[in-house]
Amino acid sequence: MPEMVFLWTDILIFLLVALVLAFINYARKRPHLSRPWKQVFSSRIGISTLIILLFYIAIGLLDSVHYRPDVNDEKNKGADMLSTLDYILSDLRLNHEKTYSAPLATHLYARENVESDTGVTTREFPRLKYGGAHLDDPEKDYYLDLFEKTVIGILLGIAAWVIIVMLMVSWLAVNSHLAFTELISHIRHRKTEIPWRTAFITLLVISVIAGILYNLSQYYHVLGTDKVGEDVLYQALKSIRTGLLIGTLTTLVMLPAAILLGIMAGYFKGWIDDVIQYTYTTLNSIPGVLLIAAAILMMQIYMSNHEADFTSVTERADLRLLFLCLILGVTSWTGLCRLLRAETFKLSELDYVQASRSFGVGNFTIIFKHILPNVVHIVLITVVLDFSGLVLAEAVLSYVNIGVDPSTNSWGNMINSARLEMAREPIVWWSLTASLIFMFTLVLAANLFSDVVRDAFDPRLRSQS
Amino acid sequence: MTAYIIRRLLYALPILIGVNIFTFTLFFVVNSTDDMARMHLGVKRVTPEAVEHWKAERGYDRPLLINSEASGLDKITDTIFFQKSVNLFVFNFGQSDSGRDILYDISQRMWPSLAIAVPVLLVGLLVNITFALLIAFFRATYIDIWGVILCVVMMSISGLFYIIGGQFIAGKLLHLVPISGYETGWSAVKFLILPVIIGVIGGIGAGTRWYRTLFLEEINKDYVRTARAKGLAEQFILFRHVFKNALIPILTGVVVILPLLFMGSLITESFFGIPGLGSYTIDAINNQDFAIVRAMVFLGSVLYIIGLILTDISYTFVDPRVRLS
Amino acid sequence: MSNEQSTVLTVKDLSTHLGSEAKPVRALDAVSFEVRAGETLALLGESGCGKSMTALSIMRLLPAGGRIVAGNVILHDQSILDLTESQMRNIRGGRIGMIFQEPMTSLNPVMTIGEQILESVRLHDDTVNGSQQQKKRALQLLKDVGIPDIERRFKEYPHQLSGGMKQRVMIAIALAGNPEVLIADEPTTALDVTIQAQVLNLLKDLQKKKGMAILLITHDLGVVAETADRIAVMYAGQIIEQASVNDFFSAPKHPYSQKLFDSLPSRHKRHAALAMIEGQVPALTKQFMVCRFLDRCEKRITECETNMPPWQGEDKNGFRCLLEYKKSRKKKTAKVKQEQQQIAATQAVAEKLSLSGLKVHFPIHKGIFKRTVGHVKAVDGIDLQLKPGKTLALVGESGCGKTTAGKALLQLIKPTGGTVSYGEVQLNELTEKQMRGHRRDLQIIFQDPVSSMNPRMLVEDIIAEGLVAQKIVNSREERQKIVADLLDKVGLPAEAAQRYPHEFSGGQRQRICIARALAVNPQVIVCDEPTSALDVSVQAQILNLLKSLQESMGLSYLFITHDISVVSYLAHEVAVMYLGKVVEQGTIEEVLDNPMHPYTKSLLASVPVPDPKYQRTVVPLEGDLPSPANPPHGCYFHPRCPVARQQCHSNYPANRQVSDTHKVACIELQQ
Repeated sequence: MPEMVFLWTDILIFLLVALVLAFINYARKRPHLSRPWKQVFSSRIGISTLIILLFYIAIGLLDSVHYRPDVNDEKNKGADMLSTLDYILSDLRLNHEKTYSAPLATHLYARENVESDTGVTTREFPRLKYGGAHLDDPEKDYYLDLFEKTVIGILLGIAAWVIIVMLMVSWLAVNSHLAFTELISHIRHRKTEIPWRTAFITLLVISVIAGILYNLSQYYHVLGTDKVGEDVLYQALKSIRTGLLIGTLTTLVMLPAAILLGIMAGYFKGWIDDVIQYTYTTLNSIPGVLLIAAAILMMQIYMSNHEADFTSVTERADLRLLFLCLILGVTSWTGLCRLLRAETFKLSELDYVQASRSFGVGNFTIIFKHILPNVVHIVLITVVLDFSGLVLAEAVLSYVNIGVDPSTNSWGNMINSARLEMAREPIVWWSLTASLIFMFTLVLAANLFSDVVRDAFDPRLRSQS
Repeated sequence: MTAYIIRRLLYALPILIGVNIFTFTLFFVVNSTDDMARMHLGVKRVTPEAVEHWKAERGYDRPLLINSEASGLDKITDTIFFQKSVNLFVFNFGQSDSGRDILYDISQRMWPSLAIAVPVLLVGLLVNITFALLIAFFRATYIDIWGVILCVVMMSISGLFYIIGGQFIAGKLLHLVPISGYETGWSAVKFLILPVIIGVIGGIGAGTRWYRTLFLEEINKDYVRTARAKGLAEQFILFRHVFKNALIPILTGVVVILPLLFMGSLITESFFGIPGLGSYTIDAINNQDFAIVRAMVFLGSVLYIIGLILTDISYTFVDPRVRLS
Repeated sequence: MSNEQSTVLTVKDLSTHLGSEAKPVRALDAVSFEVRAGETLALLGESGCGKSMTALSIMRLLPAGGRIVAGNVILHDQSILDLTESQMRNIRGGRIGMIFQEPMTSLNPVMTIGEQILESVRLHDDTVNGSQQQKKRALQLLKDVGIPDIERRFKEYPHQLSGGMKQRVMIAIALAGNPEVLIADEPTTALDVTIQAQVLNLLKDLQKKKGMAILLITHDLGVVAETADRIAVMYAGQIIEQASVNDFFSAPKHPYSQKLFDSLPSRHKRHAALAMIEGQVPALTKQFMVCRFLDRCEKRITECETNMPPWQGEDKNGFRCLLEYKKSRKKKTAKVKQEQQQIAATQAVAEKLSLSGLKVHFPIHKGIFKRTVGHVKAVDGIDLQLKPGKTLALVGESGCGKTTAGKALLQLIKPTGGTVSYGEVQLNELTEKQMRGHRRDLQIIFQDPVSSMNPRMLVEDIIAEGLVAQKIVNSREERQKIVADLLDKVGLPAEAAQRYPHEFSGGQRQRICIARALAVNPQVIVCDEPTSALDVSVQAQILNLLKSLQESMGLSYLFITHDISVVSYLAHEVAVMYLGKVVEQGTIEEVLDNPMHPYTKSLLASVPVPDPKYQRTVVPLEGDLPSPANPPHGCYFHPRCPVARQQCHSNYPANRQVSDTHKVACIELQQ
């Protein structure tokens, strides 16, 4: 049994999952929260983007369970910490080539001196160690093999899809007291409240893509390899966790301050309001990128002067990630704080708050009973809306070298390294493309989803951009 | 009006002091100047002499807050806090860690920054408002629905992609313009045209969507119903009534960022090799030149506050309901 | 001018649907009427009955998703519904003008008044050409609607004008095209009574001069009696009665119309409960197979359950009912309850609440350091006494400070000066903590039934809030029992406790609010316009409830309102406020029968009386309420006062005691 390791971000991420579950439980009993969510789920865009997001989240969560590998195992050489995702993707992780290779290639992307049996040295593209290694004669068999592997992948995807759909429909049938076939016909004719047809189609697309990727990646580097020969698909998948973390933990760490200060400023007014307003105007007036840059620089100095405190590379990178979330939180809490202040200001003048005061109810009870429940939707909308912006920001910051640690897998770091690759002749485009596609899918799904959420909770609330 | 501006400037003072104390704490208290020197000198075993020399060269060899060795006023003025932080208030930015005069560099490098930022802002505004008006005119039709989806797609693409893609297509494939670089005078145009176009395109998604919301919000107001009851045609309602009202948030939103245009764009400038303040900042970050970063933080705050004041003043010009007092 | 008798606008079987095709809201169902030149037809109905939809259908300005599914609208001989959109634009603002309820938001805030009128002149008036001529015409329009200082106003923006002035500008815009029909959608609902009287007079004068037809949409029987020639009553998307105003007011024929009259509060109904229409207007999503009023009708017979009611009588003078109308409708004498004089004696525990010299000033900041340069004197030294078991009405126009006074009494706003004494205790000297102990004796009911309850809380928690805060209950069972009792007391089922506020109608919500206030067994309740957001029929329910609660529990009410008819029905004493000061107070008889202050006189005279034969004796007030930040010197009322003289400019008059209870602050009476 390998020893489990809990990184700081792992703990926070599971805390976040626990909070989300608790919130779902809370919202189920309250119609003002459950009704808008039902609206979200009954929107076709809402449900399909949610499924895509859940897929990303599942990968991110798998990548957040860490353990110390058995050092005696040859396979784990050099790795001080692995995640369950690493375990699942062991083949991808370990099958290193020498250097660049194009997606689905069988040969390296660079010429090398190869000594033939006869002792003559020629410069040619050598065969890859793993990619397409099973082919005897790549020239002849390549396309047929690719086609065959793709078809098998599609079939695998469909098979997995059928199993999932059957399980879900059975579960739904039990819950809705409908016959299995009747329910299927309802779904096909879009008669269900939640658009299951759209949901299942989305699921089909995802499983087919996953099936193809899975099957091909057994034999090829589907998205090629990078400079040191690492599989690009593996990197892109590993980057999911970083993107999700930045998008969610940042808001999580800033929420307490934003909610507390925003409500206090709007409710108590007077000098408390003045102090809080002063604080956020001051913080806001420092250009965000510079603040982040300064903070990250200072942290780097601190870390290099206190090297002894950070035992492993992974832990150090993890702390830097957490710190980045924190500092991003510091720059982004002011927006929510301002919104909450304005809303609380309005709410505290409303008749029901006055009625409450006329009963002699204390300030904190009023805040908890009357103010907080009436601003939850604003918090929720902000969290969802901020997510995609933060994922995009990570890429930019990492590009400027003030983002995550260079040793952390992230789309920003992938793009950063692609800078030189783009200048190379012939260019290496796959790292860049892979990271952009993975990021784009996530951000687009999040943007569309947040639009649906915002419309459901408060069509009037404008996104302050 | 004058009294108002004076009051706002007085209000700005505590904020700048706050920024100053914050940056001072971040730069000098979290880590000592010794740490900074060692980091900068880069080698593992740095001799104390080298550290002292490095500090003396850049004026970091003073005490932090109070100089007990000095006499009189120097007790306070001959300190890091006074020399490196308080001096910022009179725009005495001093020298960068590499020994150059920061104020001079800034005054030189802000022009290329403006040469990109101003056209991007103006052209972007024009394009976004046009698209938003079109979408608002065709509201609740397929043009509206697909227009909004297109906007969301465009804003979901990382800004880096626009730049890399634009450079690749326009520079590398079509050889229309140089990929990067800068020249002074009119010949700068050929270097600027690509970053400006890319900047505009990158902003269309978010901008158009935002302005569309503003227009639609106005369209639902009572005075639009009055205008319809007058018998005005829909396009006149949109241009004469709705547009004028929506212009208030649009204009004030623009005014607040006007001063910050000086700061330039970090990413665009560094990608296109344009010697503006954005790339100046990035270089400073990469070279860990704290003096420049400190100066830029302060400058940014000042410009932000000026932006806020300008916003309030601009309200009086576009909104007859607002009177400053 | 065209023939006085000619029909200008004919609406024939007009049906309008809103919302989706699958589940339409049938806003209008076969509405038919006509309006002749020089005539005013009033379209009367409660909120949501479809009267505004009728107007918007005629203008073809329905909101998104609204569509006319059947019927026709004919202007002279021209069918409006057949016109193209660009032809229709010539009709809008040209041959048909329209004004709306909310003058505050109906004008474009960033365009000058002049520009907004000019726009209409340019579009619709071909007789004037060139910008000079057009400007002259626009100025003339401003003059026509009685706006003083037209050259200056022409260049001003809407926010620089008062509500009444804005409505006049709206009228000027509507008149620019010399309309044959003017549609006025609740033109005075958002205005104060004295301003309402001005605007209604203006409309009448303009009609006389220009001979246009007016379609007046209103919910106010008084306004109808005052301005209309004929009336059409709407209920749930249908016209249920049409008649000339004289016929209608002397003998309403439809059971609903009759009930409406009975539920109007007034002086002579003081000693009786008001007639109420139980229940609420049915949802318009279903297709009606029977009479829409069936569920609420007291006169229904078994036939009503199965048959659609037919239209009886002529088109212009008939009603929609299965019952035949009997002329000898006996004056309905509800059980007259004798007022229980002895309440005060038996419920002597109630302590007396009095305000003396109460002031609430809000500072105005200006200058570089935001120095306080002045005060908005919202409440400027008022004396009031609240007697146990009695109702004191605080009357005044919006902005006179009556709500602020009510909140200051409860210490929800800290008074700037003066005292609030409750029995032995000086409430204004207590700290927030000490005050908490007295909170259970003093309660408040608000105007807006929507914002007065937290939408996120169950009704049970809302009602029990006071019980918990004042630590009156200990166990959950006890709490549930008390809440159930309270719900019963205000006439709601016990199941209501487990539901959320949005599931209730306006009247029901107001009942819940009353239950919440009653939970802590208060002695005094401040009622801040509790019925002004409600329809007449629902208002009657609430007034009856308040009255019976007072009788059974010996409550004292401070009843804040602008509605004189409610005052005359409910109150024992009245205080009239103007710009933060009480100008006259006394018993209901003294003030209403023998008003002495010129403001009280004008205020009473401005109230439209639901009787077409009634003739006004006093000229309504001119001008607007001045700003409380900068009240006039001397008597605050003198700039608008018809009898003001020299002294009034210099000194604020002292109170004069007319009788033991009747006090008036006017120089006229001091000599």
